Amino acid sequence: MATTSLKKLSDHEDLLSGGHAACPGCAGPIILRQVLLAAQQDDVHVAGSIATGCMEVTTTVYPNSAWKIPMVHSAFENSASTISGMEAAYRSLKRQGKIDKDIRFIAFGGDGGTYDIGLQALSGALERGHNFTYVCYDNEAYMNTGIQRSGATPKGGYTNTAPAGKVEPGKREIKKDLTKICAAHDIPYAAQASPHRARDLMKKVQKAVSIDGPCFINVFAPCPRGWRYDPKDSIQLAKLAADTCVWPIYEVENGKVKVSYKPREKKPVEEWLKAEGRFKHLFKPGNEELREEIQADIDHRWEQLLRQERCDQEEDEE
Amino acid sequence: MPERVALTGNDSAAYAMKQLNPDVVAAFPITPQTELMHKFASYVADGVVDTEFVRVESEHSAMSAVVGASLAGARACTATCSAGLALMWEILYVASSCRCPLMMPVVNRALSAPINIHCDHSDSMGARDSGWIQLYSENCQEAYDNAIQAYRVAEHEDVRLPTMVPLDGFILSHTLEGLEVNDDEAVQEFVGDYEPEDSLLNVDDPHTFGMFALPNYYMEYKKQQVDAMEAAMDVVQEVGKEYGEMTGRSYSLVEDYKCDDADVIIVGLGSTMGTAKQAADDLREEGIKAGVLKIRCYRPFPSERINEVLEGAEVVGVMDRAVSFGLGGPLFHEIRSSQWGQTTPLVNFIYGLGGRDLSLNRVKDIFGSLVEAAESDDYEPTVRYVDVRE
Repeated sequence: MATTSLKKLSDHEDLLSGGHAACPGCAGPIILRQVLLAAQQDDVHVAGSIATGCMEVTTTVYPNSAWKIPMVHSAFENSASTISGMEAAYRSLKRQGKIDKDIRFIAFGGDGGTYDIGLQALSGALERGHNFTYVCYDNEAYMNTGIQRSGATPKGGYTNTAPAGKVEPGKREIKKDLTKICAAHDIPYAAQASPHRARDLMKKVQKAVSIDGPCFINVFAPCPRGWRYDPKDSIQLAKLAADTCVWPIYEVENGKVKVSYKPREKKPVEEWLKAEGRFKHLFKPGNEELREEIQADIDHRWEQLLRQERCDQEEDEE
Repeated sequence: MPERVALTGNDSAAYAMKQLNPDVVAAFPITPQTELMHKFASYVADGVVDTEFVRVESEHSAMSAVVGASLAGARACTATCSAGLALMWEILYVASSCRCPLMMPVVNRALSAPINIHCDHSDSMGARDSGWIQLYSENCQEAYDNAIQAYRVAEHEDVRLPTMVPLDGFILSHTLEGLEVNDDEAVQEFVGDYEPEDSLLNVDDPHTFGMFALPNYYMEYKKQQVDAMEAAMDVVQEVGKEYGEMTGRSYSLVEDYKCDDADVIIVGLGSTMGTAKQAADDLREEGIKAGVLKIRCYRPFPSERINEVLEGAEVVGVMDRAVSFGLGGPLFHEIRSSQWGQTTPLVNFIYGLGGRDLSLNRVKDIFGSLVEAAESDDYEPTVRYVDVRE
């Protein structure tokens, strides 16, 4: 039986070794280690693919690799289609009796490689029903190339391709809701998670890899370099994102929404915005309206999520 | 027992795929390749292959999926052309650098714009530097035979490179031709099992594939590809010879047709070489010593063998069904560069772009113009465009 007990897991081998080249405080490797610890247990093995991005370039610098599972990097936009081929190979070779191991497939990608350039490949792989889990580590911009705006960048966020200037307030558009887009493929399981709730994240990973079919997990990945905060605060920031409902933690299993974490007291988004340098310009005179808009957007999405959960519960009760 | 059948080029490649029985095939439709995958899909639907058939959402994903499958230890295949090959471009290089021994029929079609579904070689010619072996086919028989030999070349331990099998769109892909096919067991025995050293499914000995190589290592990766491509030169010939022992149809890097005593030789690739052979036969009856050099293996480029065949000719015409803008025909320029230090005059004929037909008479005219050029010792213009409105 797969465990999420941190005590027990402390005896397990980390499947992403130290010595990788990620920035201090980066949430990415924390997420990867949690995912791999949760997924590869007992007789279940994991093989993975990873999109070009921070976690790829920092873990696979030849001749060294931080990965203790079979791993492939092909390109930026094709983590999902690469794993489609791996999974198809596994099914074919298994059917022919050429493989006896129990292998599960996890594709990784950052938000650029998943929300944007890899969205078509991901959508195709989800629709085709491959037996795999896609884990997106969402740090809300193209961080590997030097902090450029992506579909995951939040409204008001400063990036190097949508900087705040004399007439522009950073990104003007709202963040794409990728988890909903994935869930709309009617896949068995889609979820959002965060590294500060490690057991929740690991349970979601275990659920996803145990399901026969395509699953998607979107994990919030604070980035000290891109968001401009003290590297020691990454996990605190992840928690603040959940408490302000900037990053709702929930799952959609067989079409039913279940919110995994509801803050006892929902904190104002301003607390979130104040904690990061990328939002600093929002507190200059003239940007009050934009801050209100951001709060309204967050409220709208949160209320919508709660409404969906209530509807699904009522349906179950009927 | 070998059997005589009537198949189109698309069906002949699909029939070879059925007999090869790849573990994974990825498919995305593009004219004129579509019928190849229709045929293969019917084999899947009838359960006559063990293949996992992945109907991807783009050619980019088709190439990505077969790279993933190949690195997972599967014998994998896809097919495409034109815009589809162009969309695969990025991953063509990943496939060769990750040393994936894939086989891919490319049903040659012109590139847009203007959009055009008919044959020329601008698609596969553009991919000539992507690290793939290229074996061109003159007819449906060769498309079938090349597809079967491709895996043996690709998977050879000294090679481990993906192999493209270009065949002319419509001219071959949609033309019914009588050809001889081997029986399934003979094909299976010829290609053998695919057992790669490392695989993504080897969880007991995990490896990372497709790593990030900085300037201190990148060049060694590339040099190894260069060496593998060089090794492929011998392997293509060995496999072609062995295939000949099985079928009576031997293959080499090039086919020289009546070149031994030829004064005038036409060089080219693909279906046009069939027309050129007929033209040479006809002209020989008129007393013109004409010959044809067909390039079967375009990558690796068999310079030495080409020079041997062309030695002694008075004049050589190089037929290109593609153009390198600002330069001329790609085949012409590679032959001219191979011929460094030789004195045989070379003339380039660019023809058939976007499927413009090249008739037997026009090929005879081309031979005729070469004879005239030799007689007058005037080879200008060096690059000539066949049947183009001025």
